Amino acid sequence: MDPDQTHRREPGLNRRDFLKGSGAAVVVSAAANAAVAQQAIPPQQGIKLFSAAPQSITLNVNGEDKQVTVEPRVLLIDALRNDLNLTSCKDVCDRSSCGACTVLIDGKPVYSCTRFAIEVVGQKIVTAESLHSQVATDEIINTFCKHDGMQCGFCTPGFVMAVRGFCNQNPGATQAACKQGLGGNVCRCGAYDGVLKAAYETAQRQP
Amino acid sequence: MKSFEYARPTTEAEAVAFLGAEGIQTAILAGGTDLTSLLRAELLTPARVVDLKQIPSLRTITPLDDGIQIGALCTLDELAQSPQLGHYRSLFDVIDGIRAIQVQGCGTLGGDLCHLPNCWYFRKGYGILGMEQGVSLPESGDNRYHAILGNSGPAKFVNASRFAPALIAWGAKVRIIGLGAASGAGLSNGPAVVDAEWVPLEYFYSTPQTDRQGHTILRPGQMISHVWLPESPLMSSATYEVLQMEGLDWPLAAAGVCLQLEGGLVRDARIVMGHVAPVPWLIDDAARVLIGQPLNEETAATAAAFAVAQSTPLSMNAYKVQIACTAVKRALLKAAGQLT
Repeated sequence: MDPDQTHRREPGLNRRDFLKGSGAAVVVSAAANAAVAQQAIPPQQGIKLFSAAPQSITLNVNGEDKQVTVEPRVLLIDALRNDLNLTSCKDVCDRSSCGACTVLIDGKPVYSCTRFAIEVVGQKIVTAESLHSQVATDEIINTFCKHDGMQCGFCTPGFVMAVRGFCNQNPGATQAACKQGLGGNVCRCGAYDGVLKAAYETAQRQP
Repeated sequence: MKSFEYARPTTEAEAVAFLGAEGIQTAILAGGTDLTSLLRAELLTPARVVDLKQIPSLRTITPLDDGIQIGALCTLDELAQSPQLGHYRSLFDVIDGIRAIQVQGCGTLGGDLCHLPNCWYFRKGYGILGMEQGVSLPESGDNRYHAILGNSGPAKFVNASRFAPALIAWGAKVRIIGLGAASGAGLSNGPAVVDAEWVPLEYFYSTPQTDRQGHTILRPGQMISHVWLPESPLMSSATYEVLQMEGLDWPLAAAGVCLQLEGGLVRDARIVMGHVAPVPWLIDDAARVLIGQPLNEETAATAAAFAVAQSTPLSMNAYKVQIACTAVKRALLKAAGQLT
């Protein structure tokens, strides 16, 4: 029998338990990173060549400076998800064409799987986590809910960030322009109709 | 992904020095929209990645007496917003066809011109020719997106550049820079000597005959720094791409054209097809039949038929002949303002 199926049938092992268990692994890997951080050479202003070894860099994410220690080959999406626990950007297509990993960099929507973390030092990164806090909720979240702009929801954070970036740049955009501008995000459930309605409404509200 | 060192030059000379370092395999990072995929698939395994984004001279758009010079690192949205490029409509048609705000914001002109083929056999690790034990996989396998022209040799892929047809129709040149042969100077020995050479874009691409050859004339350590477009106020232009999907997609076939009409008659025409051959396909014959004719549905269709007359489709891509033909016809009509 497929071992995966066995797991699914066992009442003892569900997603929640798995996540609980993996918490220990996160602690271990954080400790390992701390050890690496001590060895890493902090990149100084003006340095033009970084070795392949882990580098201590500062990323400005959602308005806060965060220190991470990553090799130059680490993609922004992996630094956000694995080092900063910002998991709203999803790694789906693995070939920079589905948009589920979209974040804003200096206001522009960018596939975070097409940027290395070390490339974006000094730039302002905004993830979907920034749209909701205890004090404020971005109107775009309500608009997506109102128009039912999602089904399974996996592509939604990428879509929301693409819509946010698109509407910031194109206030008052027509429906056709919304469709054209959001062609870089794919929804397997086919919730495009609701997404485009939400995008259109957001664009009309944008000052 | 294999590990690599990361270089961030701030001048062209530094870039050339980083790229030309002896014994180090390098890769150029521009917009990253494709390089990150190539690195993840380990189709490229450079020891050093050279990021060109911090070089200001590569990001400028400069009007000259005889045309305009565009930095290779200009992103698609920077091109789209540049008032100086307003006359070159065919470039805007290309940008409109790249239907992802994310790619428009990151993708660069130089990156597009150097884009490696999208042939799925290449992307699965069978090399640029898609060979397995001496057998051409595209020839015997699924070749629905492969070449219909220039495919008699071992190369069956299609050139992936979306700007090349439009730019070649305009008579564009590219500036290639690389470390000067005489200098050998590194960063520590003062400024490196940069050899620069302007090459017409139509001679920039080559059809590889072996797996070790590239799809352009660039040698290791060389890169495109700028693109030059001539000042041609009398020319009108258009690109027509046939896309399978509404969203982000690669064209099945495309055509970039430039037209000069005088008194309702075609005085000059340049037609280049894209995504039909291992190189952008310049078709002089087809352009010649238009000279002295009015530009209408009929003459455009005749020229388009000429353009694809020599096609030699593979087992699964005969459908592309009609699509390429239509792309040429519609590009001509669009350039003449007869297609909305």
